[in-house]
Amino acid sequence: MAISFVVNGEARSVDADADTPLLWVLRENLGLTGTKFGCGISACGACTVHVNGAPVRACVVPIATLQGASITTIEGLAPQDAPHPVQIAWIAQQVPQCGYCQSGMIMAVSALLAHNPNPSDEEIAAQITNLCRCGTYERVRRAIRSLAPGAGGSHG
Amino acid sequence: MGKWTRRALLSVGGVVGGGLVLGISEIAFAPNRLGILPPPSGDGAMLTVWLRITPEDAVTVLVPHCEMGQGVHTALAMMAAEELDAEWSQVHVQEAPAEPAFANAHVLRAFLPLEIPPLLGRGFDYATFKVAQWVGLQVTGGSSSVRGTGHHGMQVAGAAARAMLIQAAAVRWQVPAEQCIARRSRVLHEPSGHAASFGELADEASRLAPPVHPAFKSPSQYRIRGTSVQRVDIPAKVNGTARYGLDVVLPGMLYATVRAAPVFGGKLAAVETAAVEAMPGVKSVVKLEEAVAVVADGYWRALKASRALQPQFTDGGHGEVDSAAIFAAQAEALSGQSFGKAGKEGAGAASLEHAARQVEAEYRVPYLAHATMEPMNATAHIVDGRCEVWAGTQDPLSARKVAAKAAGIAPDKVTFHNQPLGGGFGRRLPGTFDYIEQAVKIAKAIAPTPVKLIWSREEDLQHDYYRAAFVARFQAGLDAEGRPQTWVSHFNGASEALAARPPYQFKDLELRTTDVHAHVREGSWRSVAFSQQGFFIESFMDELAHAAQQDPVGYRLAALGHAPRHRAVLEKAAQLAGWGTPLPAGQGRGVALVEAFGTIVAEVARVEITADRQIKVHQVTAVVDSGEVVNPDTAAAQIEGGIVFGLTAALYGQITIDKGRVQQSNFHDYPLLKLADSPRVTVEFIRSGAPLGGMGEPGVPPIAPAVANAIFAVTGRRLRELPLQANLLSGKS
Repeated sequence: MAISFVVNGEARSVDADADTPLLWVLRENLGLTGTKFGCGISACGACTVHVNGAPVRACVVPIATLQGASITTIEGLAPQDAPHPVQIAWIAQQVPQCGYCQSGMIMAVSALLAHNPNPSDEEIAAQITNLCRCGTYERVRRAIRSLAPGAGGSHG
Repeated sequence: MGKWTRRALLSVGGVVGGGLVLGISEIAFAPNRLGILPPPSGDGAMLTVWLRITPEDAVTVLVPHCEMGQGVHTALAMMAAEELDAEWSQVHVQEAPAEPAFANAHVLRAFLPLEIPPLLGRGFDYATFKVAQWVGLQVTGGSSSVRGTGHHGMQVAGAAARAMLIQAAAVRWQVPAEQCIARRSRVLHEPSGHAASFGELADEASRLAPPVHPAFKSPSQYRIRGTSVQRVDIPAKVNGTARYGLDVVLPGMLYATVRAAPVFGGKLAAVETAAVEAMPGVKSVVKLEEAVAVVADGYWRALKASRALQPQFTDGGHGEVDSAAIFAAQAEALSGQSFGKAGKEGAGAASLEHAARQVEAEYRVPYLAHATMEPMNATAHIVDGRCEVWAGTQDPLSARKVAAKAAGIAPDKVTFHNQPLGGGFGRRLPGTFDYIEQAVKIAKAIAPTPVKLIWSREEDLQHDYYRAAFVARFQAGLDAEGRPQTWVSHFNGASEALAARPPYQFKDLELRTTDVHAHVREGSWRSVAFSQQGFFIESFMDELAHAAQQDPVGYRLAALGHAPRHRAVLEKAAQLAGWGTPLPAGQGRGVALVEAFGTIVAEVARVEITADRQIKVHQVTAVVDSGEVVNPDTAAAQIEGGIVFGLTAALYGQITIDKGRVQQSNFHDYPLLKLADSPRVTVEFIRSGAPLGGMGEPGVPPIAPAVANAIFAVTGRRLRELPLQANLLSGKS
């Protein structure tokens, strides 16, 4: 089926099976490989993107449900020459190791902070459920805290 | 991240003209330790180019190791740049191509003593032994990159290049070389005020003979090493531009996925393909020996089609095996009278009968999967008798050989493009390249169309090379004061006996081995046998302390009289963790100390057992002596990550076997630690000046015993089997 939606600010149309998960449309039809495949069952969060501003796990969202939606991927989070504050904090805290899960982690965190700029530790723990096999969680927490208003850790 | 293929490498060498290329030729592997010879000129011999300086002052360091988040590209470039005295902002890193000239053995043979130290000798270095075995491999593993390639290679190349640049300047200015200094990519002669950049001198330097024994800086002169330089691979990992194996795209490429025999050793017996071949987008169903692959115009269509298949597999005669039978077979072997000896000191086990008190225990750990976040994948293209492969591996050179064999062509007809790894942890080491073999065979079947093979997570979890399930028995003899005198262990898996030697002093010691293996595929798992033995040894040591009614830290310290570095690490960890200070009800501390890969790590875990008997690890304090720390922030990240990796295994990790196959299939039944469960971690380094130790793995082994010991401190229950959470709830001990 033909689907029209907005991806990273651009109107796009793709033709794909109705049940194709958004993840594979992004990666294979649109060439946006920054969004990763980790589990295929919404368990790990490596495929997290924003749909209409909300974090979703693209590996389980059928493309048929996205007619007219606005989607943001890691590639569209910020211009390359003007990174998003979360990306800046990620570099400052040297968060990624292998980095494979970090696109999804950054998308999840940027969505959280957009609605709740100063989350408590409990809120962070409840909202950021992405899996990282390298074990970067301590730095993820540190980077989120550095972005709190008044923490002085961001340029944003 | 571009890489120099062999052809490009040589042609770059040819067009450098005004630049300096420094490497090691094949002929350099004479016993001149810490020495270097110039690249042979014009005879076409292959070079291992490690350093290149252009007239524009760009310094490129070629690193013959893969980047999987451990920061090795940065650390090795730091070591070269330090001795070169390069301006760090002008240093670039490239991963070396998959070529025999970059094999570990070539890198190390020139610099390491030829004789291999006797197994189990004190101070013998496990990883060095492994590296010595890796002739013809280009491995990243054994926590060996920095202390192997870095120490014996990168800093030598940097120091030699610096000496040559200084010599070139001295000749140009007609001044003594001793009066010239290198500083931030420039050579200066302060008495005359002469100065020139490395780039300006590179051409002249390239005509000089490199010094055979270049002088190294003293550590007090370091200005790059020992600082937390930001990792060069991170910027691409925060904006989606890092290109892993999964992200490779070729024009006209198709997508494949496989279903392999669920019972290890099984073969594909029959599969009906007609209906699936008629599904939309399906291009081909390829029968492999042990698997069936579906090729389609997209991964989703390939996956759906593969799920629609009903392949019949043989089970290799293993279709009735389960975990209980595997453990029982090991336990039976341990009870037998036939065993190997991996070490004996003093009177060995015979002295047990003279002990004032004996303590015995049996421990076991289950199989574990690596579960790299990037599932196994490879992209292959066969055309005109040549094969190209793209994948992330910990050994591109032997991956290339696997690809060549699968394609039925010579290795030099294969170009292997190693990609950044979405996790390695041992899953992408040599001997485990089944996914590459499959991709190449599929590519051969549909040649000349390129194909990307992606394993589902289910396939990945059920066709790993697992950390071995392991049973071990321990006996100790204590004297009348409770001091440890005799240590006897009997364990399965003779090949990694070094990890079985406790760091403590015993008058009599005996290590017994058996070698019973099921049909389940076993492999190296981050920190290898130290992960199992660390749990066993440090839990049992805790049992001895308890039997002697002594404090676990004090008891260990008393048995480390001969080992001042171990003592210092343990003392500092105890001090930083507030060992012995009061804790809220329901909380306790546990400690463990493990030396692995030349690095000594003590970890103290502060653990709470909640009212519903959930294990909550609040804080881990780690103290690390790796001799020197090349990049403190990256090193700390490795310890932090190692603790989380080890904690997943300690609390939750288990792969179980039923009907010969793995029961777990995805992260819902093979859970990984999440941020919510992740403890606060503090890491402190002791810079003892001892020879450089490894960093990628040593953080893992102490955490399981530290947590188990803390659980004992809280509950009085000794959990002798992993994973801890399930066993705490089940009441097993």
